[in-house]
Amino acid sequence: MPKVIIDGFEIEVPAGTTILNAARQIGGDLVPPAMCYYSKLKDSGGKCRTCLVKVTKGSNTDPRPMPKLVASCRTVVADGMEVANITSPEVLDARKGVVEFLLINHPLDCPVCDQAGECDLQDLAFEHGSPKTRYEFERRTFEPIDIGDKIKLHMNRCIMCFRCVFLADQLTPERLHGIMNRGDHAEISTYIEKAVDNDFSGNMIDVCPVGALTDRTFRFTSRVWFTNPVLAHRQCNTCCGKTILWMKGDEVLRVSARTTFYGEVEEFICNTCRFEKKNAADWIMEGPADISRHSVIAQNHSHTMQVLKNGVPQYDDSQKPTPKVKSEIE
Amino acid sequence: MPQKIFLEHTGKADLTQIEHYLKFGGYSSVAKALNTLTPEEVVAEVKKSGLRGRGGAGFSTGMKWSFLDKKSGNPAYLVCNADESEPGTFKDRYLMEFNPHMLLEGMIVSAYALAANTAYIYIRGEYWYLIDILEKAIAQAHAKGFLGKNILGKPYSLEIYVHPGAGAYICGEETALLESLEGKRGNPRIKPPFPAVYGLYGCPTVVNNVETLAAVPWIINNGSAAYATIGIGASTGTKLISACGNVKKRGVYEIELGLPVEEFIFSDEYCGGMANGKKLKACVPGGSSVPVLPAHLLLKTEKGEPRLLTYESLADGGFKTGSMLGSGGFIVYDHEQCMVRNTWNFTRFYRHESCGQCSPCREGTGWMEKILYKIETGKGNMADIDLLWDIQRRIEGNTICPLGDAAAWPVASAIRHFRHEFEWHVTNPAEATKPGAVYNGNLLSVV
Ligand SMILES: Cc1cc2nc3c(=O)[nH]c(=O)nc-3n(C[C@H](O)[C@H](O)[C@H](O)COP(=O)(O)O)c2cc1C
Ligand code: SF4
Ligand code: SF4
Ligand code: FES
Repeated sequence: MPKVIIDGFEIEVPAGTTILNAARQIGGDLVPPAMCYYSKLKDSGGKCRTCLVKVTKGSNTDPRPMPKLVASCRTVVADGMEVANITSPEVLDARKGVVEFLLINHPLDCPVCDQAGECDLQDLAFEHGSPKTRYEFERRTFEPIDIGDKIKLHMNRCIMCFRCVFLADQLTPERLHGIMNRGDHAEISTYIEKAVDNDFSGNMIDVCPVGALTDRTFRFTSRVWFTNPVLAHRQCNTCCGKTILWMKGDEVLRVSARTTFYGEVEEFICNTCRFEKKNAADWIMEGPADISRHSVIAQNHSHTMQVLKNGVPQYDDSQKPTPKVKSEIE
Repeated sequence: MPQKIFLEHTGKADLTQIEHYLKFGGYSSVAKALNTLTPEEVVAEVKKSGLRGRGGAGFSTGMKWSFLDKKSGNPAYLVCNADESEPGTFKDRYLMEFNPHMLLEGMIVSAYALAANTAYIYIRGEYWYLIDILEKAIAQAHAKGFLGKNILGKPYSLEIYVHPGAGAYICGEETALLESLEGKRGNPRIKPPFPAVYGLYGCPTVVNNVETLAAVPWIINNGSAAYATIGIGASTGTKLISACGNVKKRGVYEIELGLPVEEFIFSDEYCGGMANGKKLKACVPGGSSVPVLPAHLLLKTEKGEPRLLTYESLADGGFKTGSMLGSGGFIVYDHEQCMVRNTWNFTRFYRHESCGQCSPCREGTGWMEKILYKIETGKGNMADIDLLWDIQRRIEGNTICPLGDAAAWPVASAIRHFRHEFEWHVTNPAEATKPGAVYNGNLLSVV
């Protein structure tokens, strides 16, 4: 098995592992941020360029450094490879650039965006961005459109990660969803705005890293940090039936798939579970869901939730965790 | 007389007719290769000739062929890149229009060397009239037994198909081309894997430029040694240069690599000097993607040596004081032409042609275009120039395909060599935005 050193930490990983996944196995601050890669979607990654790293030594057999920064999500490790992520000023500078690029056509309408608090771009900008924008021109704008009766597409916020396109391609039998036009005119389209109508389409809401695709059955009902995430399951013939319920009191405001530490869906869920089962009685509740995020949503108090009253978890407000200070890099 | 390979007989007869082409010894390399050489020997000949890709990157053609995965068990493909969409480059068009059989002959020999039984010519859609010429030529070659089953009675078969693109510069990038050829959206693929291993339909594939493939018959007929004697050092053979801009005689010229740039611009045999009594100010020597050079660095390197039309000489000095041979699109600017406007125009092109996959290129090209337009229209400030520099710096090298670099380099080189002209636009907006405004601030660099 190849051994790779990332920011000074060595790890042995199975052949074929990417730098990003090797870094995730080590964990901590040296894990590159990923806005487009999604382990459950084949061929994803390589596009957003937030995960760029510097390969300072190619391998034991060919120790030459790689001439350019590489996308860690699409670059496979080699034995003896040495990688610099947060220890490379060049990488941090390029990443800062990428964040700036991603934000120039993003509306910064977090105060009115449903994704706020659980947005990967918000987190990324918080950690790697600049406090001020240097962009002074008009941003590209689109009218929000409904794609089907359950999903809203807010193209203004899309960062072109292609995840939803891969999802539509790989999870649903018919591909109605794609990209039209090119360059900064490119836009997500369900050709001629055809409704995306099949059992698994709702998952594109979960894979979307920003507020471009949102759940119409949840939109504007609550700020996500005022809801309590609860692990729950039900018997479902279409999917695994394992979900997170986003609750306020006894009310189920939203249902989403369960996610991993890196915010990826563990198992995709069907539209019935997601959109139709909004009664607490539909579900068997397991307990509080630990949402491992480092920005706003993590300021929720799910860690402290213990008491189960009538099967519904209760929160103890007095024990809010204090925000983690980002460890100093360099 | 300088050696000519591509254009030796054009003009003497209508070479689109196979009878005429045969009269000048056409298709003899097919017979020679199939009768006397193994595919490996053809690859070795091309490798020894020193032929380098004429599509822009200048990579050794024989070397590229030898990377082709022979063990996969999948069929191999040869794809001719005739997408030619780089501003300033129009040499493949000329070759296909006036000497289409030379391309076909080169493709047959090359496909034989790669053991490919299917080859495609991916041609830019705007070259619609060339599709006609090529398809007629293919039919003629078929009728004469140079294409189809058992070529010249040998156990080797080949079909060539012409596939028009739909008007995207990015489809000239080889992996975007393959996607497009497969009927998909022309987005460049993430490399590795390279086409030699995972190309068209996932099969081993070689993608070569029109001019590269058209050079192969001459190499097979005359030998690699003869080809390698043309040119200088690692720049062997002849090259088509498409000259445009404000020179007296614009057009496509075949030169022996090693010709001094000065001679190319000023001698009557080539461009014939600057037109309308204007002076030479700058030049983009290899198509819009390569760095622009001011006159003094164009004619002489930083070391004071004469600049030659070779891969090495044009790159001498790196990007600081050099450029690239690129695809041979030679754009000449006179002393009344505005470098800011030109840079804006190029950037507008890259913005329009970015596929939009990766964020630095998708967002960065549009941003640069807006800033350049702002400066060009007299609304810029000094900080904008530094911002432009910063943006191009963060695009370069950080994208999936080289279009990002191609968009960054013209901006970087224009600021590097013509910063004073950008600053003049900022400090003299009223003057700079007058129709036909001429910047006269730095005549040091005018020849
Ligand atoms: C944006 C972009 C556009 C390109 N356009 C062309 C083209 O029109 N014709 C071409 O031959 N090569 C083009 N290339 C280069 C090809 O990717 C490839 O390197 C070339 O076809 C290889 O052929 P060669 O080795 O014979 O030069 C382009 C590259 C990029 C990045
Ligand atoms: S809509 Fe969301 S998931 Fe789809 S490409 Fe845009 S940002 Fe990515
Ligand atoms: S560099 Fe530009 S053209 Fe190339 S893949 Fe990225 S966005 Fe597309
Ligand atoms: S996560 Fe690697 S490029 Fe987007």
